[in-house]
This record gives sequence, structure tokens and C-alpha cells, in this order.
Amino acid sequence: MAGYTPATDREQAEMLAQVGVDSIEELFAQIPEEVRLDRPLNLPDGMSESEVYRFLAGLADTNLDAERIPSFLGAGMYDHYVPAIVEAIISRSEFLTPYTPYQPEVSQGGLQVMFEFQTAMSEITGLPVSNAGLYEGPSAAASAAYLAMGQTRRTGLVASRGLHPHSRETLATHAVGFGATLTEVGLEDGLTSGEELEAAVTDETAAVFLQNPNFLGAVEDIAALGEAVKAKGALLIVQVDPMTLGILRPPGECGADIAFGEGQPLGNRLDFGGPSFGFFCAKEEYIRKMPGRIAGETEDVDGRRGFVLALQTREQHIRREKATSNICTAQALNALAGMVHLAWLGKQGFVELGELMARRTAYARQVIGSLDGYELLHDAPVVREFAVRSDRAVEELLPLGDESEGPAPRLPVYPLGRDYPEYEDSFLVAITENRSVDEIGWLAHMLEHGQAGWGEHIHEHDEAGNPVAGAAQ
Amino acid sequence: MTLAEASYPEDLKYHPEHDWARIEGDEATLGITWYAQDSLGEVVFFEGPEVGSEVSKDQPYAEVESVKAVSDVVAPVSGEVIAVNESLSDAPEAINADPYETGWLVKVRLSDPSEADSLMDAAAYAASLE
Amino acid sequence: MSEPTLTETPQQADRATTIYEKSVPGRRAAQLPPLGEGVEETPLDQLIPAHLLREEPAGLPEISEPEIIRHYNRLSRRNFDLDTGFYPLGSCTMKYNPRLNERVAALPGHAKLHPATDPADAQGALQLMYLLQESLAEITGLPTVSLQPSAGSQGELAGLLLTRAYHADRGRNPSKVLTPDTAHGTNPASVTMAGYEVVKVATNEQGGVDVEDLKAKIDDDVACLMLTNPNTLGVFDENIAEIASLVHETGALLYYDGANLNAIMGQARPGDMGFDIVHVNLHKSFSQPHGGGGPGAGPIAVSERVEPFIPRPQVVRIEGGEEEFYDLDYDRPKSIGRLRGFQGNFGVFVRSLAYILSLGGDGLSEASRLAVLNANYLKSRMSEGRSGKYLPVAFDRHCMHEFVLSGAPMKKELGLKTLDLAKRLLDFGFHPPTVYFPLLVDEALMVEPVETEAKEHLDAFAEAIEKILEEAEGDPAIAQNAPYTTPVRRLDEVAATRNPRIRQA
Repeated sequence: MAGYTPATDREQAEMLAQVGVDSIEELFAQIPEEVRLDRPLNLPDGMSESEVYRFLAGLADTNLDAERIPSFLGAGMYDHYVPAIVEAIISRSEFLTPYTPYQPEVSQGGLQVMFEFQTAMSEITGLPVSNAGLYEGPSAAASAAYLAMGQTRRTGLVASRGLHPHSRETLATHAVGFGATLTEVGLEDGLTSGEELEAAVTDETAAVFLQNPNFLGAVEDIAALGEAVKAKGALLIVQVDPMTLGILRPPGECGADIAFGEGQPLGNRLDFGGPSFGFFCAKEEYIRKMPGRIAGETEDVDGRRGFVLALQTREQHIRREKATSNICTAQALNALAGMVHLAWLGKQGFVELGELMARRTAYARQVIGSLDGYELLHDAPVVREFAVRSDRAVEELLPLGDESEGPAPRLPVYPLGRDYPEYEDSFLVAITENRSVDEIGWLAHMLEHGQAGWGEHIHEHDEAGNPVAGAAQ
Repeated sequence: MTLAEASYPEDLKYHPEHDWARIEGDEATLGITWYAQDSLGEVVFFEGPEVGSEVSKDQPYAEVESVKAVSDVVAPVSGEVIAVNESLSDAPEAINADPYETGWLVKVRLSDPSEADSLMDAAAYAASLE
Repeated sequence: MSEPTLTETPQQADRATTIYEKSVPGRRAAQLPPLGEGVEETPLDQLIPAHLLREEPAGLPEISEPEIIRHYNRLSRRNFDLDTGFYPLGSCTMKYNPRLNERVAALPGHAKLHPATDPADAQGALQLMYLLQESLAEITGLPTVSLQPSAGSQGELAGLLLTRAYHADRGRNPSKVLTPDTAHGTNPASVTMAGYEVVKVATNEQGGVDVEDLKAKIDDDVACLMLTNPNTLGVFDENIAEIASLVHETGALLYYDGANLNAIMGQARPGDMGFDIVHVNLHKSFSQPHGGGGPGAGPIAVSERVEPFIPRPQVVRIEGGEEEFYDLDYDRPKSIGRLRGFQGNFGVFVRSLAYILSLGGDGLSEASRLAVLNANYLKSRMSEGRSGKYLPVAFDRHCMHEFVLSGAPMKKELGLKTLDLAKRLLDFGFHPPTVYFPLLVDEALMVEPVETEAKEHLDAFAEAIEKILEEAEGDPAIAQNAPYTTPVRRLDEVAATRNPRIRQA
């Protein structure tokens, strides 16, 4: 049993003597007998470090991760190459183990990272104000809705069906508490219907939610769609994929009031869905309505430059029931990973990565769209993800092998049926710099010929977690 | 910054929630007292009402913020807002430095001038702080 | 006024420079892979219409890889952290973060698993989540756990939305939520976001809920009572059974803020006390590193009657056939829906399960016992000497895992505010306790020493406080102007908020 506790029996006795009691049990006397647990917890006995490692490594080994099979899964989280320095930096105790920077004099590192991160997110979204991070992408949609409702004193929320289904569901969940109504606007040829949007936005609309590229991968004309939104005095809120902003016109230049999104593509592991970070950028006028932490620059008593948490009166620990949000975590470590990744890509690399994705995706789209039995779901321009319609049921083409002995591995593409019954026969294919031309060829082969030969791209790990044979990376 | 010395001018009327009113005919200028700004600390932001909105006696109509506190400002009298002190958006510190002159918050047109009768004079307010 | 004459430390002399200021046009770190054979270097505007493209590159730094490492290593040294020193931040449970947990979370099977992976190919991940659900159910004494909420605050909001769904299902629509005046600020903020009105309940002389005030305020229009037990004063509410029955009699639910669970693991369970909904902070009791402000996770445990409403998807185990199969269950018609994307902060789940497996049931129970011993020992040490005189314990009795001191006498007699004491502690190499919370206690200091701290650190902390108070008896200005040795000294927070500069100009 590893309690990580230093107190020896002798020290415990000394401490009890100081307190003036005979046993630790006496200290628990204030818990009434009727609610005391009168038995040990029904959990396994503690294990040694090596046993815990082996057990959890054994579980990990049964997962088909992106190092063992070329993953074309996306839908908001992507298998990008995370540079080695990210891990080196975020593993440092000084970043890993502090709490929120409540004592700024000894938290300058973390606070300056927040300041740099805010600057980077402002730059990539083209909006002047950024917070230091939120939980993750879809819940940031709810934060944006809360801001918009407070700002406009209206209760209508309108969302394109191109907005991530998890964002739409999260909005619907929160709308019950906010007292909001949520209306959806449909897609036409892969893009948000301008006509439906115009009809849906009324004088009661607080905000309109769009996504770029949208969930089907299509690049929307945000500025054009935004006109109807502005005309009614509603806020234009856009969810963006940060990795596409090297090449796409930033939301701030398209009239967006707020841009938010899922930060995982920036420096964060897939981690089966989290933790990652959300980002939240806005026009200057919303600075005092923003959710979450914000770092600001200032000086110390001797005139040295320094950083503090700014505008804290927005937050729950001061404004309590009137706070702009209940959120108190900035996902600081995940945001740091994002910042390091962005610094590593740098001004040029960030553009180059966007270009690389757009070109390889165009290639993959052409290859897969021309396979027998498949066609593109839409022809709209894309950056890194596209939707394909199949003549066969998607459920039928996914299993990579004979299923008579139990489930076979699945082809790692994203079936659209659960989120979009209208596209039940379609799936998404996502491309990153990690997906080589070879692997795109493998995907095409699998789609065309089904089960034969799939094994050559599934890799084994050794004990240290390194792929054994010809890994995808 | 030098903060003003404690003072409660004789020509003002006071509300127990530490607000003052300077009544001139059917109009009044409103603000917070020396005591209120001193308890709050350095004011960093003033969020006022809009011109044309109504304020009601004993009800909050604005917020003043220091670094780590937010305080509602309560109206000592009722009326329609006819002016908001715009200079406070750039220099909220006037509320600390000069709470009765440059640090005024809003001007209102009184809807019920008789309400002023229920307010305290300077001596009574100062005594209430003892 | 006197102030020690100090020359700048080397670290202070090294002024803050941002990564943008280190940028040199033309420098770079990243080398990307080639496009690949057959992929054409098509001009971008032939792929995407020009008016949808960015015209100027985003203003990111231009910097080489060695300079990036140096920059962030240098920044890291401007942080105080738990691995360096004692961090008794009340209500935050700053316990040791085992490195084993980092190692297992980083295994590719966990770290590189896409969240949309078909359950058939993610059996290990789903089994891991299932085991954590079961473990938390046992620890909290409630049958069902949803791991989805991203943090305690999101767990709270989830709990309140569950409360709303629970009442709506019974055709009720109460409008109020009761919280004690000692509650964490997230409680009232979450209540408002869930569309409820906050009603405060007073605290009695023992530091618990004032039952008479509760009786006066509870009626049919109350949806739930949110409690932290032990509460933010470090006191276990002895009237919990009576409180629970009062709340349940009106049809309301009882919500448990699990921020202080570290006091009672294996000793008492919220479910057995009558709570219907509990959120658990995995970054507190279950050792997920705080990361300078996240990530964490805030799973919720619920009673049987609340179970139909929990967020979806839920990890379930399906028996049958040759072996069990773990799946994601979306078919939950009464569910409040999603609170976020995908399945939650899985990486946090790996670390917390590793911690639970390492300690086992007995170990968790022992952790709480030693956390309570450490807190009472330090409280006892601090009740003596000058700290006893200037920093009396609020609600003095045996505490649970933390205790609250009042700096009011120190302020009155020495002219030292709690803030001054906190800043002077920085010069002694300690992270200060939580200050100015709970609001109920004047000049509050909230101390949580946790079980992983050795006795000598508790002693050293008590001695440092004693020394600071002694120093202040002679010359309070020393603490009033502290700190002196930190990378920067006291910062102008007024300027930072009056004219916020929140990004590089």
C-alpha cells in the first residue's frame, strides 16, 4: 500500500500527544455514529507501484490507439504530431504541481504563460480579447451563450446544424438552466443555409452559433452569413478549429463577436477526449463579461514588470451568484501545451501546416471520392476533414475482419449516423500531418476491398510504449 | 494616490447605505460617501445605468468595483437618469479622490421630491457611522 | 517606516521578457514532413476561395527550439510549486502527485486513443472508466457515477440541472436553492446558471448549519440544499441527519460539494448521510496535479432516484456471451444531455484510478485519518505562542482536514493584515494558506496541511508564523512591505484592472 504518507507510528504518537488525544479515532468523534462507515471500504487492497503499472498498461494495451492504426478520426480532436518539447516543458514540477496563481509574486511563470497564451489566441482568431482558457470546446459554447444572453437581455439561441453536435447538445443542456430556447438551422450542400438562417434570426435572438470549418469539414462564408445576424442585433459566435486558422480568414475579420473552440489540436494528446482546453476570444466590449481567468500585465512596487489575475470581480469567488460564469479552472497546463506547440510552429510553420493539411486533404478527398461505391457528401471547400457517402451501410464497411469470433477492429473513420440521421450512409475522414500518403492509400484500399490486408498497419507496443514495427509516426 | 479626508458636506442628504444626494430643484446628483469609498478601497470600475432609465429609492442602480470587491450602489431617491458621469470610465479613481464633486455618479430628475425628507442630514449620517 | 535595504536578487534583476519579445524574423523551430508523393502543391486559392483565406500570417513568435526551451524553463523558475515546498492552501487539498500516475497516463494506449474510437477498440479505456465509476460509488456511498463533468464547478452545475430534471419529472418547478453562508463561491454562481435563486442559510455557533434558520427557509419552493461537509470551516456538521430529513420532507434534494472529501474517505459517506448528488474533485482527493489552474475533473455520484437523469453517454458493462463488454450508453431518454464533448477528462481518470489502486480501500481511509491528524496537530501548534494570541482559531474544536484562523487580533494589535502575513510567508519559502475565505471569518486564513506532508514541514510552518509575528511586534512594516525575495514584489493589481493590458501590444 502506497499512501505517500510520511508519518511514522512514533511521529503519530507525538502528534496525538500535542493535540491532547489518545487516538486518531477521537478526532473523528464529531461525526455522529449513525453516519460513520462501520466497515472497511469495499475496494481492492493497495498495490505496489509495479503492479499498478502492469495492470493499467494491460488495459492500455487493449485499446487501438493512433500509434497502432492510422487514425482518420477527427470530429474536433485530431492526431497531430505533438513536438517533444511540449512534454518536456509540461512535465516540469513548476508547471505541473502549483495551484491557480492566487499569490502572483510566486506565480509569475504561470501568469506570464497565460498572458502569452491570450496574445497567441487573440492573434490567431483576430479578436482583441482572450481569456486564459476554459474546460474544452463544446462547454465554451454554453459560456458564450451565457454572455450573449446577459449582453442582449434576449433568450433565443440559434445554431447551425454545422455546429459540432456536442456543442449543440451542450447548449441544449444548459439552455434549460439559462431559460433559453434553441433553434437549429439546416445545411444545404454541406453549408449553413443562408435562407433558413435569415428566417430563424428574430428580435428575440441573443446569439447565432456557426462553426468554421463546419462539422462536415466545409469552409463557411462567415462574413456573409453574419449579415443577417447583425441586422437583428444578435451576437455572432463562431466555433473554430484552431489548426485551420493558419490559412483561414480569422473569425475576428468576419464580424464575429466571440470565437471559441476546442484546443486539443494545439499541443494536447488525444487522451480519449480530455483533458484539453477550450479557448474564448471576443471583441473588446465584452472584456468585463468574459468567463474564466484572465492574466494582465502590471508593475511591482519597485517598477518591475509583472503579471496578475486581472478583472477578478467578474469571477465566482467575488461576485458569487452574479458572476459571469461559475468556471474557475483555466486548464492552465493544457493551455501551456498549446502555447508551446504554437511557438514551435511559429509564424511560418503555422501557415505551412495549414497549407499541408489543405493539400493532403484535397489529395485524399480526390482519391477516396473517386472510389467505386463512394462519393463526396458535399463539394464545398475543405481544409482538413471531408464527408464521404457510401453505397453500403457504414456499419457494414467498418469491421476490419471476420466477426464470427467477436468484434473486429473498426476502420478509424467517423460515422455520421448517430449525430445526423439524415447522413446515415456517410462518414468523416480527417487528415493531419501524421497521415501519410501511404496511409491514405491504405484507407482507400480498405474502403474498396474491405478486410484483406488490414493487419500490416496495426502496430504493437513494447513495454516502454514504443511501437514495435513500422509505426505510423 | 492621496485619498480625500473623511468628510460629509452639510449641503447633501444621506442614505443609510452610504449614498448621498445633492438636491437642486426637481433634480438631484447622486454619489457614494467618503465612508463607502474608503471601505471599498481603490475603485477600478464604475458600471452606471443608461440615461433615460429609472432608478428607485432604496434599490441598486449601479455597481462600483475595487480589485477584489463589487458593491451595489443604492439610490437614495427615485427618478429618471438624465446624466451619467462619463469621465469615470477613464478615471474611476475620482470616486476615491473626490467623492462629492468630480466623483459624482449620476443626475436624476426626481419623480417624488418628497422622498428627500426621509434622508439624513450630514450630522445624523456621521453619527450613524459611530 | 523601515524596510530592509535589499539589493535586487539576480532573479529580480532579470526582468520579464515575453516570447514575442524574443522573436527574430526568420527564425523557426518546426520542420514539417514533406507533402508526399502525388500530392500537388496547388495554390491555396484554387482549393479555397480567396475571400475565405487569411491575408496576413497570425502574429506568432519566430523562435528557435533551444530558445523556446530556455524561455519556458526560465518561466518555470518563477513559479512556486508543490514539489518544492509546503503548500497548505485551504480547500485545495495540495497532496503529493505520484509520478507513477503521469507514467501510466502517458502510455500510448491511453494518450493516443481517439475519443471517437469505436467501443470495440477501446475496451481497456472503457473498463478503466467503469472501474473508476465503481470505486467512486463505493467511496461516496451512492450507486451511480457519471464521470463526465470537467471540474467541480461543472459537477455542481450538472447536479443542479439534475435537480431541475428530477423535479420536472414529478411535475414540480421549485425556484430556490439553499446554500450556507460559508459556501464556496462556485455554489451560488452555479445556482444562478441553473436558473435558480440563491437563498443563504446562516451558520450556528459550532460552525455548522443553523438548523432553526434552515427550518425558517425551507419550504415547497426549495429545490435543494447544497452543503459541504466537513464545511469550509473544517467542521463536520453533527446535525446532518436532522438536516437531511428536514430537506427530504419537503421533497427537496440534498447536494454534497465534495471539495472536502479528503477528510472522510473510508470514515463516512455522503450517501449514508442522505445526500442525493455528490461531486468529487479528482484533482483534490485523488491526486490529479493542479497544473497551475487545471486540468481537473468533477465526477458526480447520485442516488437511485436521480440516476435516470445523469448526463449521457454513460459507460456501462454488458454481461453475456463469453465475456463482458464495455459500452457507451446513449439511450437514456430522461438524461439532461451533454455538458461537454466526448466522455470527459479521461487522462485525469487514469491518474485517479492509479491512485485508488495504489492506496486501496485501507490506504484511502488511512490518508483521511492522517490528513485529519496533520490538521489537528498544526492547529494545536498554532494555538500556542504568538499565533495563538494573534491568530485565534475560528470555531475552536477538533477540526477535520483543515482549520480556519482569524487574523482580526493581528490586524488590530500589530497593524498586520492577513494579506501581509501571507506575503511575508513567501519570503520564508512557504506558500500561504487560503486567505480571506470563508467570508464569514474576519481576516480569515484557511490552512489545509494534507496527509502527504511530514511533521517537520508542519513544525517549520508554525515556527515561521511565530517568527513573523515576533518580527511584527518589533516592526510591522517589514511584513507590510513583504515580500522581498520573490521574482517580483507586491504587484499593482489596481492598475491591472483599471486599464487591463491582457495581451502583447
